[in-house]
Amino acid sequence: MAKVKIYVTLKDGVLDPQGKTVQFALDKMGYKNIDSVKMGKYIEIDTKNDGKDLKKEIDEICDKLLANPNIEKYTFTIE
Amino acid sequence: MVKFGVVVFPGSNCDKDCLWAIKDITGEKADFVWHESKDIMKYDVIVLPGGFSYGDYLRTGAIARFSKVMYAVQKFAVKKNKMVVGICNGFQILLEAGLLPGAMLVNKNLKFISKFIHLSVENNKTAYTNKCVKGQVLRVPIAHGEGNYFCDEKTLNSLIENDQVVFRYCDGQGKINVDSNPNGSLYNIAGIMNKKGNVMGMMPHPERAMSARLGSVDGNLVFQSIVNHVKKYL
Repeated sequence: MAKVKIYVTLKDGVLDPQGKTVQFALDKMGYKNIDSVKMGKYIEIDTKNDGKDLKKEIDEICDKLLANPNIEKYTFTIE
Repeated sequence: MVKFGVVVFPGSNCDKDCLWAIKDITGEKADFVWHESKDIMKYDVIVLPGGFSYGDYLRTGAIARFSKVMYAVQKFAVKKNKMVVGICNGFQILLEAGLLPGAMLVNKNLKFISKFIHLSVENNKTAYTNKCVKGQVLRVPIAHGEGNYFCDEKTLNSLIENDQVVFRYCDGQGKINVDSNPNGSLYNIAGIMNKKGNVMGMMPHPERAMSARLGSVDGNLVFQSIVNHVKKYL
């Protein structure tokens, strides 16, 4: 058994209206040190595959479904 | 008569409007095609209608692109060069499926926008606009939360160079600028087609602008152009 924690975020340079809005709200609340806020998705997968090919399989899952390579990038950790 | 297949995904909600627009207003043949069907080669045109296929989970269109019918649609479009039209969620599905370039982001103002907008016909030498003149202004509604078209610079340049931009958001006088862009779309893009011209996606809803009672008849031009094209060339 392995637990995979996947983070999908917008690529640099892609407009992030949600992040911008949260940043604006934080600024209004008085948090003046914040330079940028980026919104993304967090996906957790439990899998029976704990072998060497797990990383390859997760890459495949991310490329095919979980992230859209036109606008998004992803990172993940395996526990 | 031209035969249209209107795909029904779980969560489609403009399928009936499309069927009505094609059959009752345009006077052609149309059937619903269930998303598990692969039997679509008998149709001249496949329409992917608007709605919220699979609840828009993950990303709009991201799950729908893996439904059985979409494998058939890939073959229909790429191998057989037959016509596929995606409207709103249908456009989002075509992007996710890679049948059209680019992706959709959340609207710039973060709101679901449902209102009449104006479209400029950027290219009238297409299967979807041959009944229009270049620069003609159409009044058609939009209804979406994620219609903020995005692609990289290289893709945008190639879309422009190859005349693949079909519709752009404009004002009532046909002016294309930031103020007439409802959702933040790059280059005010409202509709694009592939290089071969047999696959087109647009965010606005021509099927909701088919009768004066609905506030506009301009959507007729899109469906009539498609019918005209099919009768002439296929």
